Amino acid sequence: MARSTDKPAARTIRARTTRARTIQARTTRAPAARARRAARSRPARGALVLVATRKGAWLYHGDAARRNWRADGPHFLGHIISHLVLDPRDGRTLLAAAKTGHLGPTVFRSTDLGRSWKEAARPPAFAKASDGETGRAVDHTFWLTPGHASEPGTWYAGTSPHGLFRSEDGGVTWQPVAGLNDDPQYRTWMGGPQDGTPDGPKLHSIVVDPRDPAHLYLGMSSGGVHESVDGGRSWAPIVQGLEVVDGFDPANISFHDPHCVRLCPSDPDRLYQQNHCGIYRLDRPSQTWTRIGRSMPKRVGDIGFPMVVHPRDADTVWVFPMDGTDVWPRTSPQGVPGIYVTRNGGKRWQRLDSGLPEGQAWWTVKRQAMTADAQDPVGLYFGTTSGELWTSRDEGARWACIARHLPEIYAVEMAEPDR
Amino acid sequence: MKVLIPGPLRSYTKEREVEASGATLAAVLADLDHRYPGLRFRMIDEQDKMRPHIRFFVNGEQAVDMTRPLRPGDALYIVQALSGG
Repeated sequence: MARSTDKPAARTIRARTTRARTIQARTTRAPAARARRAARSRPARGALVLVATRKGAWLYHGDAARRNWRADGPHFLGHIISHLVLDPRDGRTLLAAAKTGHLGPTVFRSTDLGRSWKEAARPPAFAKASDGETGRAVDHTFWLTPGHASEPGTWYAGTSPHGLFRSEDGGVTWQPVAGLNDDPQYRTWMGGPQDGTPDGPKLHSIVVDPRDPAHLYLGMSSGGVHESVDGGRSWAPIVQGLEVVDGFDPANISFHDPHCVRLCPSDPDRLYQQNHCGIYRLDRPSQTWTRIGRSMPKRVGDIGFPMVVHPRDADTVWVFPMDGTDVWPRTSPQGVPGIYVTRNGGKRWQRLDSGLPEGQAWWTVKRQAMTADAQDPVGLYFGTTSGELWTSRDEGARWACIARHLPEIYAVEMAEPDR
Repeated sequence: MKVLIPGPLRSYTKEREVEASGATLAAVLADLDHRYPGLRFRMIDEQDKMRPHIRFFVNGEQAVDMTRPLRPGDALYIVQALSGG
C-alpha cells in the first residue's frame, strides 16, 4: 500500500541519501583496521551496563578489563522499567521509562549517573482529543533514543500504543510528533490495541542518522519500518522486500512487524533488521530489504527479537534466535540458547555458545536487551527473560554470566560515562 | 479536605494523609498536582480518564465521574484497585 505522496518523498530520500552517502564516503567511512587501531589506542575505561527489568533498574559497573562487576540497584524497585539509557553527549544524564502495574507512565531523569532522580515535568502524552473524538493515552513509554550529537538535550521516545515524542530539554518535557502521531494514513497503519504484541503495540528502534539530525528511522510492532528526512514532519514506509505472516498481504503496511532495526555507525547507509519474519539487510539508497537469514541453520531459523551491529565493521552483526514455530514459544530453540554472528553481511552465520547453557534453558532475549560496547575486541552484553545478565569480552567467542535472579530483563544498554 | 494517599503514591506526598481543596473531584486532583507535581498523571490519563487500576471514594462512596461535587468537610480516599493477584 502506498501513500499518495510516496513518490516525491521517495525522490527526496534518494537525493538526500545519495548526497549523504557521498559525504559519508569522504568523511566517516574509516577502514575497519584504522578504526580498530584507534579503539585499541584509547585507554581502557570502566564499563557501565544499564539493566531495565520488570521490577526495577540496575547499573552494573565493570572494571577496565570488563571482568569484575559491581551491582548498583535496585532503582525504582517495583516499577516496570522498559528502557534505561545514558546520554552519550554528556556522559551523565540517564533517562528511565517507567510505570507500575497500577500507576500511569512517566520518565525519570538523573544528571548524576543515578545517584539521584527527578521525574519529568511533562512525560510523553498524546494531545487531548477534541469533543466527540476518542483520544489516545500512553500506556507506557517503551523506547528512548538520544538525539543527534549536534542537538544536545534532544531525545525521542516511542510508546505503547504507537506514538513518537520528542524532548528538547533533556527529557524534562515531551511533545507529541504530530507528523507521525496524527497522520490519518499512519493512524490506519498503527491499528488498535489488538494489532500489536501481546503486551501492546510498540513503537521502537528510533534511529537518528549520525550525519543528519533530520534523517530518522523507526519501527512499529506491528506497522512497519518508516523513514523521515525532515525531522519527523513527514514519514514514508520502507517495507519492500520484507515478508509477512503466511496468508497476509505484504502490500498492507499494518501487517509488517519489525522487531529491531539497527543502523551501522561505521556505514550509516547500511541498516539491519530482525523482523517477525526473518533477518534482513538494507543498503541505501535502495528501498528493498534483502532477507539474509535464509542462510541460518534450518533447525534454528531466523526469528528473534534483538540485533546488534559492530561499532566499526558494517559486515558484522549478532542475533539471538528464538523459537517462532507453531504457537510461538519465544524461547531459545530446543531450549539451547546461542548467539549467531555474521562477518560478511549475512552470507554465512556462525554459532557462538561457549559458556552458555547446553540445554533446558527456556529463556529468550528481548529486542532492546542485547548490546555491544566500542572496545577492541568488542564486548557483548545480553539480559534474559529469566533475569540473567551475560557478557562476552571477545565478540561472543566465550560467555560468562555476571548476574542471576534479577527480574525479567527488558533492556540492556552499554554506557560510556563521563567519570 | 482530607485526602488519603495510597502507598504507591506516597513517594510524592511523603505522608499518608494530606490536605487539598476544590469544588469537584477534578479540581481537587488539580490542586493535589499543584502541591505534588506529577501525582495526577499517575492516576488520570491525558484524556482526563481515570486509569484502569485507580479508584476514588468520597465519604465511603465510589466516585466515577470527575465532575463529582465535593465539599470542604468531605474525605477523599484514593485507592489502588485490588487487581493483579
